[in-house]
Amino acid sequence: MNDMRLTEKVVTETAKITARGVQVHYGTNHALKDVDVDILDKTVTAFIGPSGCGKSTFLRCLNRMNDTVASARVTGRIEMDGQDIYDPRVDPVQLRAKVGMVFQKPNPFPKSIYDNVAYGPKIHGLARGKAELDEIVETSLKKAALWNEVKDRLAAPGTGLSGGQQQRLCIARAVATSPEVLLMDEPCSALDPIATAQVEELIDELRAQFSVVIVTHSMQQAARVSQRTAFFHLGHLVEYGETGHIFTNPTDPRTEAYITGRIG
Amino acid sequence: MTQAPAKSLLVPDARTRARNASERRFRLMGMAAVAIGLVALVVLLVSVLGNGLSSFRQTYVTIPITLDAAVLDKSGNRNPDEMKKVTTLGYGKLMQTALIAALAEKGVDTGDLKPKEIMGMMSKEAPADLREAVLSDPSLVGQTITFPAFATSRIDGYFKGRVTMESAARDANINPEQLALADRMAAAGLIETRLNWGFLTRPDASELRPEAAGLGVAILGSAYMMIVVLVLSLPIGVAASIYLEELAPKNRWTDLIEINIANLAAVPSIVFGILALALFINIAGLPQSAPIVGGLVLTLMTLPTIIIATRASLKAVPPSIRDAALGVGASKMQTIFHHVLPLAMPGILTGTILGLARALGESAPLLLIGMVAFVRDYPSAPPEGLFDPASALPVQVYSWTQRADPAFVERASGAIIVLLVFLLAMNALAIILRRRFERRW
Repeated sequence: MNDMRLTEKVVTETAKITARGVQVHYGTNHALKDVDVDILDKTVTAFIGPSGCGKSTFLRCLNRMNDTVASARVTGRIEMDGQDIYDPRVDPVQLRAKVGMVFQKPNPFPKSIYDNVAYGPKIHGLARGKAELDEIVETSLKKAALWNEVKDRLAAPGTGLSGGQQQRLCIARAVATSPEVLLMDEPCSALDPIATAQVEELIDELRAQFSVVIVTHSMQQAARVSQRTAFFHLGHLVEYGETGHIFTNPTDPRTEAYITGRIG
Repeated sequence: MTQAPAKSLLVPDARTRARNASERRFRLMGMAAVAIGLVALVVLLVSVLGNGLSSFRQTYVTIPITLDAAVLDKSGNRNPDEMKKVTTLGYGKLMQTALIAALAEKGVDTGDLKPKEIMGMMSKEAPADLREAVLSDPSLVGQTITFPAFATSRIDGYFKGRVTMESAARDANINPEQLALADRMAAAGLIETRLNWGFLTRPDASELRPEAAGLGVAILGSAYMMIVVLVLSLPIGVAASIYLEELAPKNRWTDLIEINIANLAAVPSIVFGILALALFINIAGLPQSAPIVGGLVLTLMTLPTIIIATRASLKAVPPSIRDAALGVGASKMQTIFHHVLPLAMPGILTGTILGLARALGESAPLLLIGMVAFVRDYPSAPPEGLFDPASALPVQVYSWTQRADPAFVERASGAIIVLLVFLLAMNALAIILRRRFERRW
């Protein structure tokens, strides 16, 4: 499996998102300091680092979810496909359809499984008619490896599923709007090991279609699923590079200290 | 200070004993508090039900009355407009004749009572009721109908135990011989006590005719006001809450507004009455005693309650739902209307209904806008009826307790029962709605 990743990596070395000099302030708290990152297309990028290091903050900059936090102030430049996503002309609503997000805790809508997945396509007008919507729901659930488990009970409440199934439902919901980037904020932290393995497998499959950015506390997970890893510490991006390189041969002593468990 | 550990687990040490004792004391105090509340509730219910239930029953004099065409319709063409010329006096004479004839026929001994005194046992409202019945159905003229006529409140009180021979002896409106005759009439089947729907449907009646007084106008007036309150306060309250909670920037102005809303909820209701008097009646020139004004003032009063309840239930919606909706690219409005509002709905509805229930029982502001007036005419159907004079249930209770005749005390208690039934129904509705909406997983 590792060999396959290596071959694919060579084909897809184009930057999907370029961040330059990104700074985030929450009120007086300087949460993110001068971050430069290139997120590659069709690649899984992992953000690791101790709690409060700014990795989730940076993730939430990428789809402008920080806009909903009144005290947050983002400066610097983040471009997706060469377009500044913080340009005043950009409607964050449109951006979020292209940059999907999966949250730490599974948060399905208190609606049916079908409606959970169909909601995004519906509000973005991605489907003409019921048949097309049905198709989107089916393919999205299949992409999230949930179809076989729920195909007989699409009208059942999404909140009635198990934790792992709920998280895959949330992935299906994010996938349904055909995003170009999928952001995942510790998607497995509320899941048991079996569900975690399923989601990780899923992430690896999703990489074929778009770039995935995953924030994780588990270094094993980062090593398992990602091709690129960024290590954040105290608001700084300390080191960013190929996952294998970061974990086996880190250049910065702080990275090494974190990986070997001395800070965290 | 260190203590040696207890020697045995089977023997509680002094500390444990003291702790358990204080727990027991607290439990007892709590039970006592609940018991006091329950006793107060029972006393209230017993007194209200004991005084008021009898107002749903009324004493009637039921006699056959021949509606003589020669008296009631001289022209003979059954035209209600011409028949209106016969006043209640004419009908009164007819009734008196019929009553005395009925007594003679049943062989009831009338003693020394003069015909006028016998007729005095009937409500002064009775001839008017008969006239009403004939005018609404002119074909009755010429027939002999069995007409249940109200007995006076004294006769009614005698059968309900409120009036005794001793009190009648001191009473200018009744004398013991009349009561004795009433007993004989009851034995002959001419007087009976039965259910009185008129208590819920008839308008208020004058001081001298408590037996005819009903809650019809007050119930209509209260219903109209509740419609106004619901139609105005729910959309305004929910819109204001959504704006303040979800859209408004959090700054000094919104803080000020928030504090003021909380304060408004605590403003005495009579202050709202003064405001309404100045604003709606003196400046806007709306009519006095009108349900529209009452509805407006109650809306002002209810709005803070609804806004506070709505904001609380909006706040209670988990932020993860908002994140989820925003994360798939829903706009702020879509997030609110597709996800947040439906989840907050049970709380909003409960708050609204409880606010309405409070408004339904409110009397002080209505006194100031003239809703305490004596209103006998039913308001017409909405929307015009909103501008007609009307009364309201709590104000009707207030005005009936002000009247001298003890028969009105009974009716005031009856009105309280009606008000309580409405309040209970609204609270039950709040519970049902909450259950219904929450069952959506």
